[in-house]
Order: sequence, then structure tokens, then C-alpha cells
Amino acid sequence: MSVAPALLVQNLSVEFRTRSGVVKALESVSFTVAKGETLAIVGESGSGKSVTAYAVMGILDPAGHVTGGTAMLGGLDLLSASNAAMSEVRGREIAMIFQNPRAALNPIRSVGRQIADVLIRHGNVPRKEAPERAVEMLRAVGIPDPSRRAKAYPFEMSGGMCQRVMIAIAIAAKPSMLIADEPTTGLDVTTQAVIMDLISELSSGTGMATIFITHDLALAAQRADRIAVMHAGHVIECAATRELFERPRHPYTAELIAATPDRAANLDELASIPGALPDLRRTDLPPCRYSERCPRKMTECDQPLPRSPAVAAHMVACWNPLR
Amino acid sequence: MTALAATVRHARYVMGENPVTGFAFALFVLIVIAAAFGPYLVPHDPFASDTIVALKPPSLRHWFGTDQLGRDVFSRVIVATRLDFFIAIASVVLVFLMGGLAGVAAGYFGGWTDRIVGRIADTIMAFPLFVLAMGIVAALGNTVQNIVIATAIVNFPLYARVARAEANVRREAGFVEAARLSGNSEFRIVGFHVLPNVFPILAVQMSLTMGYAILNAAGLSFIGLGVRPPTAEWGIMVAEGAAFIVSGEWWIALFPGAALMIAVFCFNLLGDGLRDIVDPRRRT
Amino acid sequence: MGNLILKRLLLAVPSLIGVVIVTFLLTRALPGDPAAYFAGPAATAEAVEEIRVKLGLDQPLIVQFVRYIGDLSHGDLGSSLTTGQPVAAEIKRRLPASAELTLLGLLVSMAIAVPLGILAATQPGSLIDHACRVVTTAGVSLPVFFTGLILIYVFYYKLGWAPAPLGRLDIFFSPPPQVTGFYLIDSLIAGNGALFVASLKQLILPALTLGIFSLAPIARMTRASMLAVLSSDFVRSARASGLSSFTVVVTYAFRNAMLPVITTLGMVFSFLLGANVLVEKVFAWPGIGSFAVEALIASDFAPVQGFVLTMAIMYVALNLIIDILYGLIDPRMRLEA
Ligand SMILES: Nc1ncnc2c1ncn2[C@@H]1O[C@H](COP(=O)(O)OP(=O)(O)OP(=O)(O)O)[C@@H](O)[C@H]1O
Ligand SMILES: [Mg+2]
Repeated sequence: MSVAPALLVQNLSVEFRTRSGVVKALESVSFTVAKGETLAIVGESGSGKSVTAYAVMGILDPAGHVTGGTAMLGGLDLLSASNAAMSEVRGREIAMIFQNPRAALNPIRSVGRQIADVLIRHGNVPRKEAPERAVEMLRAVGIPDPSRRAKAYPFEMSGGMCQRVMIAIAIAAKPSMLIADEPTTGLDVTTQAVIMDLISELSSGTGMATIFITHDLALAAQRADRIAVMHAGHVIECAATRELFERPRHPYTAELIAATPDRAANLDELASIPGALPDLRRTDLPPCRYSERCPRKMTECDQPLPRSPAVAAHMVACWNPLR
Repeated sequence: MTALAATVRHARYVMGENPVTGFAFALFVLIVIAAAFGPYLVPHDPFASDTIVALKPPSLRHWFGTDQLGRDVFSRVIVATRLDFFIAIASVVLVFLMGGLAGVAAGYFGGWTDRIVGRIADTIMAFPLFVLAMGIVAALGNTVQNIVIATAIVNFPLYARVARAEANVRREAGFVEAARLSGNSEFRIVGFHVLPNVFPILAVQMSLTMGYAILNAAGLSFIGLGVRPPTAEWGIMVAEGAAFIVSGEWWIALFPGAALMIAVFCFNLLGDGLRDIVDPRRRT
Repeated sequence: MGNLILKRLLLAVPSLIGVVIVTFLLTRALPGDPAAYFAGPAATAEAVEEIRVKLGLDQPLIVQFVRYIGDLSHGDLGSSLTTGQPVAAEIKRRLPASAELTLLGLLVSMAIAVPLGILAATQPGSLIDHACRVVTTAGVSLPVFFTGLILIYVFYYKLGWAPAPLGRLDIFFSPPPQVTGFYLIDSLIAGNGALFVASLKQLILPALTLGIFSLAPIARMTRASMLAVLSSDFVRSARASGLSSFTVVVTYAFRNAMLPVITTLGMVFSFLLGANVLVEKVFAWPGIGSFAVEALIASDFAPVQGFVLTMAIMYVALNLIIDILYGLIDPRMRLEA
């Protein structure tokens, strides 16, 4: 951890105030990403991966409230920055791409104009030159015949092409940090690999830090330098990829790895981990939200969780870890 | 029986949850009472004119004032409830029979039936609805009965579409399949298995369109169709009062107009509430 | 684009055929004696018979229909009994009055309803959101003729701000030379400011009445579709790419949210054209609605039939325009064509 962190998130807590109760979606989430590094965040559906990303980007739904923590990007705390400051930072310093790229693009605006919008906003590009620069961006993300494609609408393009356009939009202002939220879900396998290669290429070329959110532990193992495992709104373990696979310390992580011997299965298909995520609206959530599923539960587990600092080389949140 | 109890419990819950629906229900009861017993309750004869007291503003004796012939506006407004209520009920029942049956047939049998019903609905929808209703009343003759028919016809597409969609979904449903396998004829299936299931949804539709039916009928009588003086009916009473608005006698038009508005408001709220009861999924 | 228009035109043809058949059937195939309608209530038996032959009502239905189509293709809608004037000419003369009123009414309600719906959607739970809810539930319960009368009472009788509700112009003014038939536009063309103000004054209350009437469906739809669009993925990603909130709300969200609103306009026009008749009666507006109402009272059927047909054709045409407008905004429609 000699490299300066690009993003340092500490004790991030988020809740959604809904009609059916308060959803404690994130509790004390901490992690760090260094410049040029790729951090994967893995976890079951509903574990809070997207909410983490939205909170950092400042684009939570109106019902969502950050109730504590900091997210330092350079000298700026993204969680307490004003709206005006955030809209300067978003897209310029920290950008994001989404799953289901077709839905993430404006359906009635040509993709060239959507890229141009961002260029005009962030890239100091004069309005007149923007369309031309947008075509260059399309070329940079490997879209064939970019000048013709710039005039196309999202519905006229394949999912993979749309994701390339999303990437072009995200990197238009050369951000120092990219969050990719399941960027390849819904794409076919070959396109998945191509998109992932494109992201790696772009980040290694520019020293951009990447947070890669996925269900897929195997994919995370291939692509990430470090992995953070989330469960029910907690980061329960975070370590370098190899370290995590060879010496998992949290029982949940160990179960996950054991359940993916060939590292090919998808977390959603795992039936072998007993129980399900607890209902995050409960008022009697135990301090360790895994304890009700955990075979290694002890009496200490009802104490507040021990947490190593966000920058620890191998962070684990457990009273009775393996090893 | 338990299903009924559950519905009643749910209805209670909806009303408790949403006091507006309870309020609308109370209003509805008042309207029904006025429609049923209005003529026996009113303080004055709604048709007795007395030119000495003509055009008097509201007072203790005449709560809503008197009109140009000295008739008591309050009594007329109350007595009119029956006719307006009758027109609305009759027209939604009629369109329920026409549109509901045609739609169920279209949805269940498909093919030509579907195409013909669809074409009829489309053709009706090609007209501005009130204008079509005007044309129908003008052609059929200027009577209350024809107002009912015209109001029913312009609502036909709405009912036919809802019923068609519901019947279409149920055509392949398990219980229909079971009835078919046990040797029931198609007509029996429609009558005893499909219709009873489509009914609650159409009932919601009926309460949702009651308000529109009253407005439509009152609009027609406002322009002089259907109801004739000296009948007490809200639309025509507003029309009679309209001439006196410009000289400041506001009460003749205001009270029947307000009664009309409250009735429509009540039916709209009630329709929304009923939809919540019948179809809890769509609760907003 | 040309393709789209052509396709929509073709789709409108069955509607038009249906409309013509229905207006024809309204007079001929319904119970009662059509000749008696056309002859009027006071006619003698011979007069009725004469009319029957004159109108071809003694011929088989199909022959009558062909003849009706033939008349229509010459723009012949028959003649009014009371005035003896050709109906088509009278409708043509009165149409601009109705059109000016209806369009201004729509403009008024769009100008209020769209911002109201947007503000309600962007600030859920705020005062304006509640105001929007009240307007949409109360708005659908207001009988349009009743609104008109209340406005007259308040703004003409009580406050004296509005002129007497008696038509398009005060008697001291004479209409501007006809170009479009819209007094507002024609008076501007004629460079007559006083006339413009005078006709605007006459228009305000009836247009406001129509506006209030169609406020509810437009505001409700704008709010609902704006809410849906604001929580959609592409708005989220537009915000994530740091576009200014103005760009996000206006260029990204609003234009998408308008698509369902444009579709609802079809229904709004259906109500508006009907309400127009009532408003014309309340404000003694010399449009085609009051022409039809006068004819109805006199049991003069040809103008009523002409009126129904004209309204229906205008409605079909308006729906066509709405479809084309939709296609202009939504590129997906263009591809489909
Ligand atoms: N708008 C919201 N209102 C209420 N609860 C929400 C909202 N958005 C998210 N949540 C809750 O927050 C929790 C985390 O959701 P999140 O979308 O971050 O999961 P995820 O890990 O991204 O799952 P997936 O893999 O399915 O994308 C879930 O329990 C979810 O119910
Ligand atoms: Mg997610």
C-alpha cells in the first residue's frame, strides 16, 4: 500500500427511509482504492454494492440518506460536498458505468450528442468541436465506423456497443476514478471479455483507479488487484486477490470460495450457503449480519464487530475468523 | 364466507388507512338517501311557483334561495338527485351489459368476434365522446331514456377493452381449462367461470365511470337535450340559472352546480377506493 | 419521416370511414322517420313526403349512402331548415371562432399543467406536489359549464374585470379583415392593438374555463411520467456523468417525459372538443358548437349532423398530428415506419 489512495471510503452508512420502514442498506463500509489499481466489490444480490457506488457518486434515490462516514477523493469529501461541487466532480474526477447499458443511455438522443454533452460540460471543448471530438471518443472505445455511429440512437445498437458508448461517456473527461457496476451483466460471454479488456486497457493507460462491482467471484479473481466482499451492507473482508483466495479469513468468504471450486459459478446460483440475507428493515439486526447464517457463531458475536482499518492489508470483520 | 369476511376486513382496512374513502362513502350514503327519500324530506314543493318570492337570495325560509318562478332551489336540488342518480346508474348498468358482454366475448372467443367488437370500439373512439352523445340523442329523440343510451354508448369502448383484456387472460387460466376438460360447453364456461371473475374489475370500472356518466348527462341537459323544464335536474337547473348569473343572482345556478360537482367528486373518490379494495396490487 | 406521415395517414383512413358511416346511420337507419326530422316538427304530411323524395330517403339504404358520399365529396352537408343556408358554409364561417377558443384553452392548460406536473414530480411531498394532487382530483369533478358560470360571476359581475360574456367582440368593435379567422392573429396582422386587446379580453374567461377543464389529465400525466423518467436508469447515468441539473431535468428527463403526455393529448382533445360546445353556450360564443346547440333546440338535423361529422374529422386529424409530433420527438417511431 505504498501508492497514494485515489479514493478512501471510511465508515460509510446509508439508510433508505421508506413507507415500510428504514432500510439500513450500508453500515460502516470502509475500503480504499489506489491509483491505477482495480478493486473488485463482490457480494450477493442486495448486499449493497450498487448503493455503495451511488452514495460515493452522490446519486442516491431521494429516499436514501448518508448517515455517516467520509469518502475522500483527493482533498474532497464526496459525502459532505455541496451539490454544486459534486456536479463538478462527477464525470470529471469520478465516473461511473452501469449494468444494462441500453437503459442507461437516453433513448431519444443520438449517442454522439450524449457524448458531446459531457465533453462540453467537462472537457473544455467548444460547442462547435464537440461532435467531432465525440466521434474520436467513439473510435477510442473501438466502435467501427464511428462517424456514422455517432448519429445512431441507443435502440439501433447492440448491448455491447451501448456499453462502449457508456464507457466513452465515462472517460470523456479523463477521470481519475471509474466505477463499473456490473458492466458486463446481460452481455454475451465474448462481448463481456472484450468490454473488460477495454476497461483494463483504459485504466492501465491512464493510471485511472477502477472499482469493479460484480456477482462473479471468478471474474473478480481474473480482473482485480484486490477484492472487497460485501454481505448485507457490511464489507466483511478485503484483501489482495491472491491472499483472499489462498487465506480467506471470514467464514462467509470461505464458503463463497469453497462453493466456487472451478471459480466459474455465479454467486446467484450458489445454493450451498445456508440462509438468506437478513431483512435490512429489521430493528433487531445483530451486529454481525452474517451471524444467523454462520456455523462458527460464538457468544462474542453479539458484541459490536471488530474492524481493522480501511487501509489494512487484510481487513476482516469477524470475532472468530479462520486462521 | 371466509373470502367475504376477508374482503370486508380489507375494505375496513382501506377505509381506515384512507379516510378520504370513508368520507366519500358517507357522501354516497347521503346521495342515496336524497335519491330515495328526497321528495318526502324537502321543505317545499319543488314545482310550486310563487312569483311574489321569485329570485330571492338564500334565507332561513329558502335555504338555497328561490328561482325566477319563485320555486325553492333547495327542494329542487334535493329532488333532482333521484333523476341524476338514476341516469348515471342506468347508463353504467347498460354499458356494463353491452360493453362487458361484448368485451368478454371478444376476449374469450377471439377471431371475428374480437375484430368486430374492436372495430366498433375504435369507431366510437374516433369521435369526441360528448359530441357523439349529442348526435345520438339528437337522432334517437330528445328523451331521458336516450340520454342514458347515448351515455352508455360513448362509454362502450372503455368497458369492452377492460373486459376483453381480462377475459383474454382468463381464457387459458387453470380453472377454465379444468371446466373445459370436465365437459362444459363454451357458453357455460363463459357464463359461469369467466364472467364471475371479470365482474369485480368491471364493477370498479362502473364506479369509476359513474362520475363521468353524471357529467355527460348533465352536460346534455345543460344544452337542452333530454330533460325538459320544469323537471328538476341539476344540469338543466344550472342552465336556467345561467341567465341570472350576469345580473348577480348566483344561487340559482350555484347550488345545483355544486351538488353536481360534489356527486361527481364523491363517485370519483369512491371509484378509486373501490379499486383499492378489489385490486390491492394497484394501490398507490 | 415522409414514410411515417404516409403510414399514419393510411391508419387514419378506417377511422374516417367509420366516422362517415356512423354519421350517415345516425340519420337514416335509426328508429323514427328521418324525413320528419329534416322536415321539422311543424311540417305537414305532404311536406314530409316531399322531403323524403328530395333527400332520396325512399331509395334503398345503400343508394342513399352512395349519394351521401357523393354529397360529402362536394363538401355538401345539406341545408339548415331554419335559415335555409348551406350547412357547410355556416360551419366554415364559424370554425375559426371555435378553433381559436379551443386552441387557446389548450395552450392555457398546458402552460399551467406542465410546469405544475414537473414541479410536483421534482419536489415530491412539497406544497406544490399537494397542490397538484388537489388540482387533479378536483379538476375532473368540475362540470365545465359550472366553472364558466363561476368565472363570469366573479370576474364580470363582482370584479368587473372581464367584459360581458357575449361573444367574440364587444359591439363597439368590428372584426379585423379575415386572414386566419383568429381574431388575435388577424388584429395583429391588421396592426390594430386595441382590437387585439378587446378580442383577448373576450377570450380570456372562456379559454380559462376550457383550460381548467383539461388541466387535470395533463398535470396528472406530466407528474406521473416525469416521476417515472426521473427514476429511470438513463437519468441516473446522466447525473453520474455530471451534467448540470438543468440539462438533466430539461434536455434528458423532460423530453422523454413529454412522450406519454403527447399521447394523452388525444384523450384531452376528445374532452376538449365536447367541452367546447358547453363553453360556447355559456359565453354565447359564435362557434360551431353554439350553431349545433341552436339547431338542436330547433330540431334542425342537418346542421347537427354536419357538426358531428366536422368535429369527428377534426378529431381524427388532431390525432394524426399528435402521432406525427410523437414521431418527430421519438426516433424509435421513425424506424418503425
Ligand atoms: N430506493 C431504495 N429504497 C429502499 N431500499 C433500497 C433502495 N435501493 C436499494 N435498497 C436496498 O438496499 C439494499 C442493497 O441494494 P443494492 O442495489 O446496493 O444491492 P446490490 O448489491 O447492488 O445487488 P444487485 O447485485 O442485485 O445489483 C437492498 O436490500 C435494497 O433493498
Ligand atoms: Mg446492483
